Amino acid sequence: MTVRPLALGVAGALLLAVSVALAITIGPADIRVEDVWSTVVAHLGVGTSELTPIRDGIVWQLRLPRTLLAAVCGAGLAVCGAVMQSLLRNPLADPFVLGVSSGASTGAVAVVVLGIGGGLVSVPAGAFLGALVSFALVLLLSHTLGGSTDRVVLAGVAAMQLFSALTSFVVMTAADAETTRGVLFWLLGSLSGAGWTDVGVCGAVLAVALVVCLSYARTLDAFAFGQDAAAALGVSVARTRLVLLSVTALLTAALVSSAGAIGFVGLVLPHAVRALAGPGHARLLPLSALAGAVFLVWVDTLARTVLDPQEVPVGVVTSLIGVPAFVAVLYRTRGAR
Amino acid sequence: MSLRADRVGRTIDGHLILDGVTLAPEPGSVVGLLGPNGSGKSTLLRLLAGLLAPTAGVVTLDGSPLADLPRREVARRLAVVEQQADSQVELTVIDVVRLGRVPHRRAWTPATARDEDAVRAALARTGLADRTHQPWHTLSGGERQRVQIARTLAQEPRELLLDEPTNHLDIHHQLDLLNLVAGLPVTTVVALHDLNLAAMYCDHVAVLHTGRVHACGTPGDVLTEELIAEVYGVRAAVTRDGADGRPHVRFLGTLA
Repeated sequence: MTVRPLALGVAGALLLAVSVALAITIGPADIRVEDVWSTVVAHLGVGTSELTPIRDGIVWQLRLPRTLLAAVCGAGLAVCGAVMQSLLRNPLADPFVLGVSSGASTGAVAVVVLGIGGGLVSVPAGAFLGALVSFALVLLLSHTLGGSTDRVVLAGVAAMQLFSALTSFVVMTAADAETTRGVLFWLLGSLSGAGWTDVGVCGAVLAVALVVCLSYARTLDAFAFGQDAAAALGVSVARTRLVLLSVTALLTAALVSSAGAIGFVGLVLPHAVRALAGPGHARLLPLSALAGAVFLVWVDTLARTVLDPQEVPVGVVTSLIGVPAFVAVLYRTRGAR
Repeated sequence: MSLRADRVGRTIDGHLILDGVTLAPEPGSVVGLLGPNGSGKSTLLRLLAGLLAPTAGVVTLDGSPLADLPRREVARRLAVVEQQADSQVELTVIDVVRLGRVPHRRAWTPATARDEDAVRAALARTGLADRTHQPWHTLSGGERQRVQIARTLAQEPRELLLDEPTNHLDIHHQLDLLNLVAGLPVTTVVALHDLNLAAMYCDHVAVLHTGRVHACGTPGDVLTEELIAEVYGVRAAVTRDGADGRPHVRFLGTLA
């Protein structure tokens, strides 16, 4: 069952726009969709805002960047998951399951808490290095263990445990109570600290990553029957792996350094999109990005309102939704090798 | 002159798998690669496909060493069918056949009319035109190999390499598949286990034994009782009662 992809794309983009506008109105301060619109228009230099400065601040400084970052993170994680699943031929691959997010967290925490790099290395750079080290470790480990698809996930689980332990170790031994609380909240995956800088950096990295991945769309299709089959179809396997794994590591690092390790978005969304739109990557990648964006916008809205005024880290919510979905994916693929 | 292996050798983990093998299939012919397990058939096919580099000698396509040609260009000339293709992805028949157009297409551009024509022609030729949207996972082993052949046809190659494509198939599908392959207007190199299938469908056969070409020629010249005893360690009676006097092998037992 395949729905027309263009119609899906247009519907997805509309749904995303409506979701962002609606999500901003939800919360303790009473804000309407028209208020969001007038604020955005005013800040873009056309017309004036009719809101009080405080309410204007809530929209422009708090909810808008946060909602946009949710959209960017959701889109980025879903794209990373879709690319990793195809490239590693493993339906369970995603940045979180393969330990890339944990590695990025360790790198970021090392910079924040230990001050590694003496101020010369920024948090995103630390996260990127952590992501790369972790990914390299997973690939090396799975290669040594035999390189089959289940080995990749096992190596990822090992890396995730290792880097989580390292992160906890660093935080518990070196950080004071205040830093610990902040860092832990962020490690669980949270969009509460979102600012315009995060939106800008992550949005730019996402745009670049999307363009690169889309230019490899056909190449990714060719991996359906494995690396040798891809090579026989004219794909330069080593170069493709290097480029795409680096790009996904970079994107994961950017997202983790802004929002922490949010799990399962990359795992679940691409499967849902495949079921709707088929396996071709020229459709799968942009539609996964849209689906991931809409999904995380709503999950984050849920996370910040459900226990109001307390906030649940968004990573906790995605995990609560993601674990049953993870089991469902395992169940569906039980027959296929 | 097309595809040619010139005195190729390959060492894997210190073991010599292939040693000075020369193979020059005549354009348009079907060449069978025979030999016991471990004789180097698969390795030779991987060298011919450019998936593995020879440690000695050279594989050339129209005189240029395979290693010097861009992979995409090679893939437009030469297609490969594996023993058994597996996928985690939920593909339909036409999705798989469209993969054959990957080496012909550029990034960011939709499929051209020519791409779609090639896919349609491949489906028609393989008798799959009415099953285009059937899921890959629901196909039998024989049907899957047929779809893979359709994919290689969409690739529009001049050389086709097949590694024991009939291994997991029942006899009907074995004959069906080789009949299809033998009728294609391409140069074909196919590794086979079954000597009688090779005798029926191959124009030439090359028998590999411990990494060397033990014998090469028409099935009638090569498949003799002596050769089968030497290479396989098997007693056999070879008669000439196949079509056009092609040999037929009846096995009598192993040699002590």
